[in-house]
Parts: sequence; C-alpha cells; structure tokens
Amino acid sequence: MELTVGPNQFFWPAEGWSVFYDDLTRSPVDRVVVGELVCSKRLPFYQDRIPDAISKLVGAGKDVALTSLALVTLKRERRLTAELAEMGVMVEINDLTALAHLPEPCIFSVGPLVNVYNEGTLRWLAARGARRICLPPELPMVSVETLTKVATDLGVAIEVWGHGRLPLAISGRCYHARLHGRSKDNCQFACEDDPDGLDVLTTVGRPFMAMNGVQTLSDSYACSDHQIEILRSAGVSALRLSPQSTGFAALCAMYKQRIAGTLPRGALAQEVLTANPRLRLSDGFLSGSCGAEWSGTTNHSP
Amino acid sequence: MVMEIVCPAGTPAALRAAVKAGAHTIYCGFNDETNARNFPGLNFNRVEMREAVQFAHQHGSSVLVAINTFPRAGDEAIWHRAVADAEACGVDAVILADLGLLDHTARTHPGLRRHLSVQAAAANADVINFYADTFGVKRVVLPRVLSVPEIAAINAETEVETEVFVFGGLCVMAEGRCSLSSYATGLSPNMNGVCSPASHVEYIEDRGALDARLGGYLIHRVDKGEPAPYPTLCKGCFTAGEKTGHLFEDPVSLNAERLIPQLQKAGVTALKIEGRQRSKSYVAQVVRNFRAAVDALEAGRPLPEGMLARLSEGQAMTTGAYKKTWR
Amino acid sequence: MPDPENPIPHCPAPLAAALRVLPLAPLSLSLTLFARRIAKTHPGMVQRLGEHAQTDFILDPVDLPVVLCLNPNGGLPRVRLTRQQVAGAARISGPLSALLGLVHGAFDGDALFFSRDLVIEGDTGAALALRNAIDDAELDLAHEAAALSGPLARPVQRLIALTERRTGPCLTRPEDAVIW
Repeated sequence: MELTVGPNQFFWPAEGWSVFYDDLTRSPVDRVVVGELVCSKRLPFYQDRIPDAISKLVGAGKDVALTSLALVTLKRERRLTAELAEMGVMVEINDLTALAHLPEPCIFSVGPLVNVYNEGTLRWLAARGARRICLPPELPMVSVETLTKVATDLGVAIEVWGHGRLPLAISGRCYHARLHGRSKDNCQFACEDDPDGLDVLTTVGRPFMAMNGVQTLSDSYACSDHQIEILRSAGVSALRLSPQSTGFAALCAMYKQRIAGTLPRGALAQEVLTANPRLRLSDGFLSGSCGAEWSGTTNHSP
Repeated sequence: MVMEIVCPAGTPAALRAAVKAGAHTIYCGFNDETNARNFPGLNFNRVEMREAVQFAHQHGSSVLVAINTFPRAGDEAIWHRAVADAEACGVDAVILADLGLLDHTARTHPGLRRHLSVQAAAANADVINFYADTFGVKRVVLPRVLSVPEIAAINAETEVETEVFVFGGLCVMAEGRCSLSSYATGLSPNMNGVCSPASHVEYIEDRGALDARLGGYLIHRVDKGEPAPYPTLCKGCFTAGEKTGHLFEDPVSLNAERLIPQLQKAGVTALKIEGRQRSKSYVAQVVRNFRAAVDALEAGRPLPEGMLARLSEGQAMTTGAYKKTWR
Repeated sequence: MPDPENPIPHCPAPLAAALRVLPLAPLSLSLTLFARRIAKTHPGMVQRLGEHAQTDFILDPVDLPVVLCLNPNGGLPRVRLTRQQVAGAARISGPLSALLGLVHGAFDGDALFFSRDLVIEGDTGAALALRNAIDDAELDLAHEAAALSGPLARPVQRLIALTERRTGPCLTRPEDAVIW
C-alpha cells in the first residue's frame, strides 16, 4: 500500500506553502497532489511557486498530480481548468468540468470530490482514461470492496481517504466571509487565519464541523488506523493523507510504519491523540453507523 | 413561449392536485432509494406511476421521474430497473445525476429523454455541454449556487434547456456533493435520497423552548411561540470563533417569484418548485401562484402579488444565490 | 403564527366537557371500527406507512381532555381514547381542527409544524409517514362516518356531528376549487 498526499485544502501563506512541499520531498510518501482545490481567489498568492514545487517533488522521486478546483463556475475558473493539462503532469479531476477540457485520449486521476459510487461510473471513467481514483470519503467499506475489485480488473488504482478533516461540502457561498460580515467578492481572505479550518460547534459547545472558505469539513480528523488491514485485503492501493499545518511529516512517517507493520494497529491513533489531546478522530464512514463515529472508542462525548 | 412550471408530487393525490392547479410538468420518484426524496410514506409504486402518467397526459401535463441518487456499488440493478420501469410507464423524461447511470440510460434507453439533475451540480456551460455531447442530455437543472447573470451566461453558451428552482427549500451547498447529513446520521442525499432524515430528528420540549436535534447534535433551539424550522443541518445555529448564529444559512426558504421576468430574459426554459415532501394543499397553492405569474408575464400583465409566505420554512424568504450579494 | 385570514379554530367547551365525562371504552370501540373501515376502503394508506404500519401513534388534540392512541396494526387498526398520560412511539399534538384539517387536506402539515400549530415528538419519521399516508388518502371523515352502520356507528356519527356543529373545523373535504 502506498501513500498519497492530497491537495492542501486550506489557505496558507506562500512561504509556508513552499516549506511544506519542500518537506514532502524528504518524506516517505509516494505521490503528491498539488494545486488549489477550494477557492480560485487563493491561487494568485502561490501560483508562481507551483512549477518549482512540482519539479522538486518529481526530482525526489514522487509521482505528482495537479488538482482541478472542486467547483468551477466563473469564467476565470473555467480558463484555469482548461489550462491544467498544459502543466505537463497528470491532472486530478475534482469537478467534471476538468474532464470536459482534457484531450482524448488522455490519462488522468479522479479525486474524492467526484462522485464515484458504483461500477458503472468507475467503468465509464476508466474507459475515458482514469488510471487512479480516490473514492468519495462517504463510501462504506462494502462499497470500497466492490469498487476495488472492479477497478483492479480494469487496471485502475483505488485510493481511500486515509487521514485528515473530511471534505463534507462545497458551496457558492463563502462562510468565512459571511462570518466576518463580508461578501465573497470582498472576502479579504478571512480564511487565512485558520490554517486547518475554523471549528464550528453546536450552541451547547459540541464540536461538529469546520469551515474553510466555501468548503465545510468535519470537525474530526478521519483516521484509517483501524481500517488498514481490511483496506489492504480489499486491494486498495493507496491511502490519502490530507495536509495539515503542523505535524504532517511525523504523520506521514507514522502511516509509513503502520503500513510496513512496524507500528501496531491503534498505536498511530494513540500517537496522534497524545500529540494533540483535544483532537477528535473518526472512521465512521468506513465502518460505523455515521461518519463522525470512531472505532477507537465506544463512547462519544455529548 | 410561456415558461414551464415544473411541480413536485410526493403522492398520487399531490400529482392530481398539481395537474388541476395548472402545472405544465410534474416530477416525482419511485418509492425507494433511487430518488433524492426517499422519505417515509412518500412517492410512487409502479402501478401508481403508470396511473399518474396516464392522468397527467389526459390533462395535457408531462411527468418527469427523478432517479437522481447515486447507485450503490453492487446494487446498480435497482437503478437500472427504475429507468426501465419509468420508460415502460410512459414518462416524458428521467432526471439523472450519476455518470454511470447516464451512460447506461443513453446506451440502453436511447429513446428516453434525459435531464440532468441538480444533484450533478453542473455549474458552468463547459460541463453542461459535456453532458449533452456525451449522454444526450436535453435539459439541466441548475445548482442553486448561481446568480441570474451567471445563468444568462450559461444559456448564451449552450443549447441545453435550463431549469431553475424558484420556490421551496434552499440548499446552500452544491447539491450532490454534500456529505454533512451522512456525517451526522449515516444517511445522505447521494446514497439514500435523504438529507437530515426524519428518522434521526428529535424534538425535545423543555419549559416552553423546543430543541431540535439531528443525530444527537443540537441544530437549533427556539423559544415558545417562535417558528420551528426543521433541523436541516446547514440551516442550524452554530458557534464559530466569537460568533453564534446561522453560520451557513438562515432558516429561510427560496422564493424567486419576483425574479421570474429576469429569469425569462436569462433564457431559462422551466421554473422548478421544490417540495415533494410537502402536502397536496401546498403543491396546489404554490402551483396556482406560479402559473398565474408566468401567464401574466406572457400576457404582458404585471405579476400578481405573492401570497406564499405562510407555507415556507421559518416563514422567511430569500432570493438565494440569484442575487450575487447572497454569497 | 396562525394566518389572520385563515385562523385555526379552537374547540369550544361543549365537546371538551362531554369528553370529560363520557365513558371512553365504547367510544374507543366505535372509533376502532371506524378506523378499520377507513383502512379497508383506503388500502394504499397502510402500504404507504411501510415500516411504520405497527407503530403506536398518539394524536393529542390539545383542546380536548382526551388523547387518541392509534396503532395501524398492518391494516387492522386499533384506536383507544384515554384521559391518562400515555407513551407512544410518535406523538402529534395540536388543536383538534388543525389535526382534522390535516386529514382533509385543508392545511399543509409542514406549514403547521413550522408555525408550531402542530408539535411532533418522538419518532419523527413515523409521524411524517402517517402525515404523508393520510395526505395521499384524500379522506372525508364525515362521508366515511355516514357510511357506517350497526350499533357502534351511532357514537362516531354523534361525535362527528357535535364536532362539526359546535366547532366548525374542517370535517369534509373542501372542494378543490375553493381550498385556497
């Protein structure tokens, strides 16, 4: 099983962005997806750094892909999407608009924000040139198993969301801007204050979600520690780790050890929680009765 | 040409009420997980669907069947059967969202007209034309994240008919791409055809206040006598940073009645009313209002005054994303 | 917030007074037979209830001193009137006329609920299923009651007549053309 680093979902200062991808050249991951997923307004701040990051990652032996936006509406965004294929690396489509712009024939990856729920969709995408698909995080294990079987026969690699806050929704409205009483067009980049998203709690203080501009994430960090054996035997070829602003290199190293069998089941989650006791983990989409559930505990805080 | 009113029906009685009230078109679904309003006690079995189509056709109305959830891996046959049965019932079109199901339908039911569901979240002309070129889609239901000028721009670049929501529940998230509900309850629009499902709703009265919880999460609390909106996740009251309030969307519902002339100028073909879960009396009233509005527009008369406020959630209205300031 | 142009009438004292003293057992039996007749003439209703066809519903007209316990029992419903506190899987409370207006399609259930003229407690899914099943059935209680016969028909017919005469809630289907 391999490790893929998904596109950064958050808005980080350009310098920190570069340092993060520099660090990844030395980490034990196999594949890195770069580019802007969430908001096209962020892109000008670090766009010119992307080619350099790509060449360094490729130089370090990593597979590199470039993501599309998750929701393409504006003319400028359509143009950006059309230009993706010109960067010379594999494109990861996270909105089908990107597919409309890829030349045929062309091989590409499919990200977790494209709805691949069944064999028919998987077969259609494979016939169109998909070689790697990260399944939507919402899928239960039984679907993962069914789809992985089909994908293996078609020569398509299947990835599953391995770690990080879950992308739950995308909107035309910017919630960070709304929170600050601004419009999306005049957002003043309110989301940059929250490098891992802003916690959203119920009015009685129970952590629930996190806002990240136009995106809504889970409060909990999905963690596949307890699922790795089942995922491996299902034939899943890679886990996707989602960038976070602190401790990411250590996290990648731990997942590498966990996959290699040098870290026992449960130890990874334990380490994560020891490093940050206020963090909440989940793996309920894969194995629980709802996404927020965590198989590491039986009780949930109220 | 007069704009087409596309009206919801959760039951055969609601369909008949909609037809009598003047709906040009009615959309409905089978009583299973193949449609995105898979609510207890709603929707049509096969016999009811066949009769409903006959009734509608006799009265000059069309019927669209929404098969707009994403088929479950290993169980695609359920969705394939729904498409085949819809065609056998004589429906005028099916409303689909899933790539695989679009492909299947285009290949095995080429004569069955295909509409693209709002669940496909096709938000620009490139992707809409892609669906038309690849799967022969004739109409797209636009996501509720677009402004009127954006809709006009899309229509300028595509031959595909556009249908937009004008009344009823309002999704603030791109539809078909939201897992908030399954995160909290295990059931989602994409997989199960339900959002914030009633089976996971609890109302708890406490000294005159009413708490509405979903999957155990407190979504909102209202005082005695205040309107009590259904605990839809994205319309809940939450806290972030220093602020507490409706961080995603207020408990409002969409009413774009006043925008009908602009939507017509923007090239929109059909106006869609949300609410297959609502009663037949609701359906009849809303259809009458909108039918009167489009007829007035066609005849060059001023629009009649709206009178729909009482029917809406939380009884407050918004024009949603159609006005750009919403964002 | 009731609509000023279409207020929901409240049940006045006489009916409530009568129900405070009437023996409830015969009335319950009459209502059970009444419900069975309706279930028989509207088989689609039970079908629509699906997994909730065996659920204990409590219908609580807040302006009356009784509550009605209803179990659809897979098409052979049981109805019991009681003045006691009872528990059920799903409870729908509101003025009698709101409950009846719902049955007759004069009011929209969601609108009544948003305005809190109706309150649902317990299994919301079951309550919704009942609401939807009733909405589709296009019931006319007065018409159904008039068709009843036998010794147990009288109490239901009298109850209906009393309700109608005294309170003016919607006991027959409004004509389609004049609903709104």
